[in-house]
Amino acid sequence: MDDDGALTEEQLLVGAPLLELLSGFIVELRRAGLPVSLTENLDAMEAVRHIPIEDREAFKYALAATLVKNHAHWRAFETVFEVYFSLRGAKWSMDPDATDDVTLGDDEDRPTLPEGAGDAAGQAGSGEGLSPEELAEMLFKALAKGDQAMMQAMARQAVKRYAGMEPGRPVGGTYYLYRTLRNLDLDGMLERMMDQAREESPEPLTPLEERLEQDEFEHRIDEFRKEIEAEIRRRLVADRGVEAMAKTLRKPLPEDIDFMHASKDEMVQLRKALQPLTRRLAVRLARKRRHGRKGALDFRSTVRHSLSYGGVPAEPKFKYPRPAKPEIFVIADISGSVAAFARFTLHLVYAISGQFSKVRSFVFIDGIDEVTSYFEGTDDIVEAVHRVNTEADVVWVDGHSDYGHAFEVFWQRYGKDVGPRTTVIILGDARNNYHSSQSWVVKEIRAKARHVYWLNPEPKAYWDTGDSIVGEYGTHCDGTFECRNLRQLERFVDHLV
Amino acid sequence: MTTESANDAGPRFESVPELRDQLRKVDYLSDEGIAGIVFLADRLGKPILVEGPAGTGKTQLAKSVADVLGARLIRLQCYEGLDESKALYEWNYKKQLLRIQATKADDGAGEAGGWEDISEDIFSDDFLLERPLLEAIRAEDPVVLLIDEVDRVEVETEALLLEILSDYQVSIPELGTVSARQIPMVFLTSNNTRELSEALKRRCLYLHVDYPDMAREKEIVLTKVPGLTDALADQIARVVRSIRQLELKKAPSVSETLDWARTLMLLGVEQIDAETATNTANILLKYQSDIAKAAKEFAAEEKSFSGDGVLSKGS
Repeated sequence: MDDDGALTEEQLLVGAPLLELLSGFIVELRRAGLPVSLTENLDAMEAVRHIPIEDREAFKYALAATLVKNHAHWRAFETVFEVYFSLRGAKWSMDPDATDDVTLGDDEDRPTLPEGAGDAAGQAGSGEGLSPEELAEMLFKALAKGDQAMMQAMARQAVKRYAGMEPGRPVGGTYYLYRTLRNLDLDGMLERMMDQAREESPEPLTPLEERLEQDEFEHRIDEFRKEIEAEIRRRLVADRGVEAMAKTLRKPLPEDIDFMHASKDEMVQLRKALQPLTRRLAVRLARKRRHGRKGALDFRSTVRHSLSYGGVPAEPKFKYPRPAKPEIFVIADISGSVAAFARFTLHLVYAISGQFSKVRSFVFIDGIDEVTSYFEGTDDIVEAVHRVNTEADVVWVDGHSDYGHAFEVFWQRYGKDVGPRTTVIILGDARNNYHSSQSWVVKEIRAKARHVYWLNPEPKAYWDTGDSIVGEYGTHCDGTFECRNLRQLERFVDHLV
Repeated sequence: MTTESANDAGPRFESVPELRDQLRKVDYLSDEGIAGIVFLADRLGKPILVEGPAGTGKTQLAKSVADVLGARLIRLQCYEGLDESKALYEWNYKKQLLRIQATKADDGAGEAGGWEDISEDIFSDDFLLERPLLEAIRAEDPVVLLIDEVDRVEVETEALLLEILSDYQVSIPELGTVSARQIPMVFLTSNNTRELSEALKRRCLYLHVDYPDMAREKEIVLTKVPGLTDALADQIARVVRSIRQLELKKAPSVSETLDWARTLMLLGVEQIDAETATNTANILLKYQSDIAKAAKEFAAEEKSFSGDGVLSKGS
């Protein structure tokens, strides 16, 4: 990478300052939720002794290999790493007086720049005199060629020019990012690049080629954006100090993201984390069902194995147990506040539906509708869950949650299907808008079903406050569980089988 | 301790770039992270836990490192129900029985006092069946130990590995502790079907091998499929990258990319168009729904799919 030699002077003095920085780094990792043990800490210290300290990438991998043992935590690690070990010093200050030095320092700072790009980057570095159009033109060229070094130089220039960063200003990095991007018009760049690609090609591009070109350009623009983000972060770190910055950037790990308050970006992360989780759960559940119990004595196998002991049945063999698979009914509230939670749970339950003999699902707001058919005959759970949200007939009067009515209708229509092998899972925050609770339905269900569980995505402290009546329903359930994030959801599913 | 003496042998690799070159010579294209961590594992004398999607060359990494070192590869394939007698060692009871009977026959009358000798005798090296882990520990020649798909064993069985991984020794009650004559390179691979125990993770360096980026994938295709034109390899890598961005049940692995490249070459394709891609998609993708999805993308009319894709996220 081009960030060689990027460590500050203090880090080059291997020894006490580095150790101090490292332990600060590890403390921050722990704060971010990564489980770093003492031995791993020591391993990291040992590891960095074996690598050339001026090689930033190697340094990063050495730390990652010893400290991060779960790929889902990589993103969190990277953020903290960028904050702690990014370029620092006066060069990155936001002080306008200091920026003149930046341009001088720049060229010395990038010894690994390829020969050809050196001039260009130099120009860009000292490009105070460039007009915005010229800057845009240079950026376009850099992107069209995919010239890494040039893109970095442009990112730096763009941030300096457009972000309007001022020392001590209490504004988040996203604000600066927004200001910078607004001035760059990257969407327009993409268009231009596509046009150019079309022109340069001797024959008209086929849709496939077009698609590939576009992916390539989007990839480059995405990298450029990341470069800008990094640049802004570096400057913020220089201004505010490492610890303050690490604190503002601290984000929950994917398994700790709260369903009810996840941002759009976090939702994407959640969905990514869900897939490996379902795979893990399926394997674990299948295994659990087979083990832990022993079946009846397998006479044939015992005799067969006794032959190697001269006919003495020294090692009794047992049949594989084949316990019956439970039947699952999911009844989910999909009104606005808890929709995300219902979506994830449905997704999860269907992803591991092989572990159950039958899965039926019902969704409600104030009316209730069965949605099992959406999941049947399709491999695409994402699509099915999407259909649940758009097509299910769940509004009865006004589209405000009415648990009482929904339960009543459920009992009338589907109550007879609940049997002794059914496990009923009810999802919702039990915020009933002061309608009547009809909790007798839950009681009836429990009398017929094997188990009834209630999963509530609200923190326990909020239960039974305001119009929440989870306590009343809870008395008729076999268990009520707080289920705010993937970690808790996973634990519940584990418990289920 | 043996640990010290093993380190006397000196490090196996000089530097990270050199290791990368060596790996390249045996046709394994590593990236900085992979080579860096292998290098570190050697210097620190620690095992590497390699995780990542299936078909990204986790097992191949161990094989290639063995190739580079000219070492023997000892492989322990893990499966559910693996136990001590399959992983570590087992007493050869048939031979023991024979030995006891032979002694009886020799002595004829069978005096007392013989038992002591016999019991000492039958629990000796001659009656020990080495299994992969013990074999790796006792090897005189350089070895690379590969513990494949370690996530398949039960959590309890993992404990078997702990002693080896941290101290490079095996305790056999009848014989005492067998320490390693040299610290072998150890690779554990996992497909992440379950969370490994903290104890195991703590003892290892962690390496996540992901799908390679486009440039590296192209290089891999070129190395592994001789005779492919540069332009076609480039296209292949691009198409595969685009496919991986879709939300699929199973994204194409590197080995599937290679299969696809070979297929295209056999078919004499010079330029991939939507039709070829759709017709051969079943080599890259293994689920009907995935294939359908990809085919739809291949044929997609201009821009109907992306519109504001990546760009609009932040603004």
